[in-house]
Amino acid sequence: MSNSELGDAGTDGAGSTVPAVALTGVTKRFGAVVACDSVDLALQRGRIHGLLGENGAGKSTLMKMLIGLVLPDAGAITIDGRTESIHDPLTASALGIGMVHQHFSLVDALTVWENVALGDAGRLDPNATRSRIGEIAEQYGLVVDPDKRVGDLTAGLRQRVEIIKCLRRDPSIVIFDEPTSVLTPEESEQLFESLRHVVAAESRAVVLVSHKLDEVLHATDDITIMRQGRVVDQRRSVDADAPTLARAMVGREVSLRAERAALGIHSLDDPDAPDTAADTDSEPGAEPRSEAPVAPAAEPVLRIDNATAHDAAGVVALDGFSLEMYPGEIVGVAGVEGNGQRALGDLLSSLLTLSSGAVAVDGTAVPTGRSGAMAHAGIGVIPEDRHDSGLVLDMTVAENLVLVEVSRAATRGLIDRKRLNAFALEMIEQFNIACSGPNAPMWSVSGGNQQRVVLARELSQQPKVLVAAQPTRGLDVGAIEYISHRLEAAAASGAAVLLISSELEEILELSQRIIVMHSGRIVGEMPRAEAGFETLSLLMGGAATGGAEA
Amino acid sequence: MTAVETADGDDAEALPGRSRTGARLSEWIVLYSMSVLAALLLSAILVEATGGDWRPVVSALLDGSVRRPGRWGETLAAAAPLLVVALGTVISSKAGLVNIGQEGQLYVGAATAAYFGFLIGGPGPVNVVLILIIGAVGGAFWAGVAAGLRYWRGVPEVLSTLLLVAVGGQAVAYGLRWEWLLLAPEGRRGNRNQVSQQLAADNRLPRPDLFGNEFPLTVFIAVVLAVIVAFVLARTVWGFRLRMLGRNPRAAQRSGVSEAKYGATALMLGGAFAGLAGAAMLTGGGFAFGNYQMVPGFSANIGWTGLLVALVAYEKPLAAIPVAVVFAGLRTGSSFVGSTGVESRITDVISGLLVLALLIPAAVMLVRDRRRGPSGGNGERVSHD
Repeated sequence: MSNSELGDAGTDGAGSTVPAVALTGVTKRFGAVVACDSVDLALQRGRIHGLLGENGAGKSTLMKMLIGLVLPDAGAITIDGRTESIHDPLTASALGIGMVHQHFSLVDALTVWENVALGDAGRLDPNATRSRIGEIAEQYGLVVDPDKRVGDLTAGLRQRVEIIKCLRRDPSIVIFDEPTSVLTPEESEQLFESLRHVVAAESRAVVLVSHKLDEVLHATDDITIMRQGRVVDQRRSVDADAPTLARAMVGREVSLRAERAALGIHSLDDPDAPDTAADTDSEPGAEPRSEAPVAPAAEPVLRIDNATAHDAAGVVALDGFSLEMYPGEIVGVAGVEGNGQRALGDLLSSLLTLSSGAVAVDGTAVPTGRSGAMAHAGIGVIPEDRHDSGLVLDMTVAENLVLVEVSRAATRGLIDRKRLNAFALEMIEQFNIACSGPNAPMWSVSGGNQQRVVLARELSQQPKVLVAAQPTRGLDVGAIEYISHRLEAAAASGAAVLLISSELEEILELSQRIIVMHSGRIVGEMPRAEAGFETLSLLMGGAATGGAEA
Repeated sequence: MTAVETADGDDAEALPGRSRTGARLSEWIVLYSMSVLAALLLSAILVEATGGDWRPVVSALLDGSVRRPGRWGETLAAAAPLLVVALGTVISSKAGLVNIGQEGQLYVGAATAAYFGFLIGGPGPVNVVLILIIGAVGGAFWAGVAAGLRYWRGVPEVLSTLLLVAVGGQAVAYGLRWEWLLLAPEGRRGNRNQVSQQLAADNRLPRPDLFGNEFPLTVFIAVVLAVIVAFVLARTVWGFRLRMLGRNPRAAQRSGVSEAKYGATALMLGGAFAGLAGAAMLTGGGFAFGNYQMVPGFSANIGWTGLLVALVAYEKPLAAIPVAVVFAGLRTGSSFVGSTGVESRITDVISGLLVLALLIPAAVMLVRDRRRGPSGGNGERVSHD
């Protein structure tokens, strides 16, 4: 492990003597968990500081202390050389610290200017607000129509509104928390461009919190890497390279595949090269991915024909969606979130009834929306939100392992505790589920292990089709690596795997065939070999349908 | 394996199961003692303030529920229908349904049982069994109306079951006005106008005499039912799927649990248990529940109280047994308090306070569990980015 060069970026950073923000020895504990352990961090004006780390490394907690949402247990925070105690967000705001949150806090039904004015005290002044939005738009290249309804905007534009909201108060220190998680790659590019403006124009200090190596490397001046609550490395971005950062972030050598999938490196000009490296670290049972294209002569195992469906609000969720899948292939579904991916997952979980169209497994039609029909036809699902339809948190781990196939542990309608336990123990061992035992309540198990329970259950049913919707979201590198291997092994053993993901890297890594969804339709389909980052991002933005946004 | 260690990284604190249940149990005990003591204290203050003496009141409560000879029998006789109603409530709430119409389901079930009870003419024991079954069917039918509305038209069962209590009350009152329905023929109703016939002597449940206490056989039936319900919910595939539906309807839908089928069954079972309780009160008779005949107000709040029993028992069938006995004891006990010279309104307030005292701990625990949330340890949520 390359060790820390603490204080490097802080002391002789940008030639400025007093850092805009200096954190010294900041510590925060939550019960037994040390979220931040004596963290030192210095932010310079006029520079973008990347804060890099896995999920749970303590980045968010650290930033929350800076904006007064969390109080530090120990350590000092100095702003422009003065020690301050930031005990609530209002204080932070008064000190000129602003944050653009990962999840939007906008009201869909209101217009852009109304959203920007939201939270102001006193009388509303629409015209002043509009002209201020115009000023900011011009200054930073964040053009957005102040009279549009926020609900009608794309994710990228919504984020602009969020940024404008923050910049309007003229903060001198701006924190961006995982800003690209809902953006297309193209939108991310634009974001980083305006970020540059924000920094250059008035020498603000900017923090970019991220777990994507690539964007941090490209968009920042200084980088701080956190792991398990500690700062493990600090350096200038120009002195950094991806493998070193990845190692520092994870604390060990990671396989190139997981590193790329998890950390968002898209040096993808040479897609097939890393495979040999990837499999050296493989799990038992995971076999090398078969690169041979699946024989097109095989019968499709899953066939979705012209599926159209509406969501609860009557909005079209799937619009003439057709797809054929063959045994042994991994098909990636790319797309910006909210373009029908969720409906696709729901359809294959019997949670959505089609208004027209049909689904067939192995040539047999499966009624849509009928409870259990898809599962019994052999479609396994790792749902986008495992708490939504994947697990019953109030039941035990063992019970959750047989949700779909209780019969596995039952004779004549009676559940056989011994068999249930034996099966659960087998799964716990086979899938390395960390829990206190088969009878542990599901909610007592951590997120990554909950995902393993879902994975174990779905794979143990040997599905003909395995739907994996955002299977690695919110997981750390180790878990991502593991789940990717499992998906590949499932495909190798003959299942058709449908990988729905908003992470292009993940899709490009795992899929043999890629489709792109936009507005409930397929707007592009291509074999992996022909898929490039650029093409896909264009399609994701809706280019094929002529709906590309500014 | 390295993957595991990083996967659970920050939040692997496994909960030691035993100490946790132990802590929970003592929490329950503390809460109950505190709230019952508070209720007793308030009651005593109330009695003293209105010019009475609290000592005889407590003594009368105990006399009426357990101390006097034969009172155990009365208390258990009242506990049996409470327990049966509570068991039905547990079943429907396990499926995630809020059935609050037990009072009406019980009343309609009893009336149905009475109507057919006078028509059938088989040998006594067969008749008794038939009457109980018919009562259950009647209650199931009444809950079935709510189930139908829920699954065909999306009417929330909270509303429909509650409103059907009023409808059921009126329907039975109507039946008690007509001889071709429930009203007893002229000569048999004395000077009362709204009573049914009495069940014939051989159509009544036996009332065995044990240890100087006489009580109907329903007591045993109720306890056996509690064991059966507990077993079915915990150990059968049906119970498993019902719990799944109650805890996560979407996971259930994907796993092949039809919400309409399982939900309607659960709601109707809830009604069937209430109806069975009504029929048991009819054929069991005795001091607590009149004279083997339908009268207005026959249900005597057993439906409402049974619902409370289920709430206090925290949806656990076996826990409902002692809870039902406590509620029944309050009921039989407070009937004696009147004899102490304390005004009847005050005794009503006292029993109300005691019921509240029994409900508060369950409510407190429920709220606390919600707060703690399904994600468990609070370290976890914060430390995740």
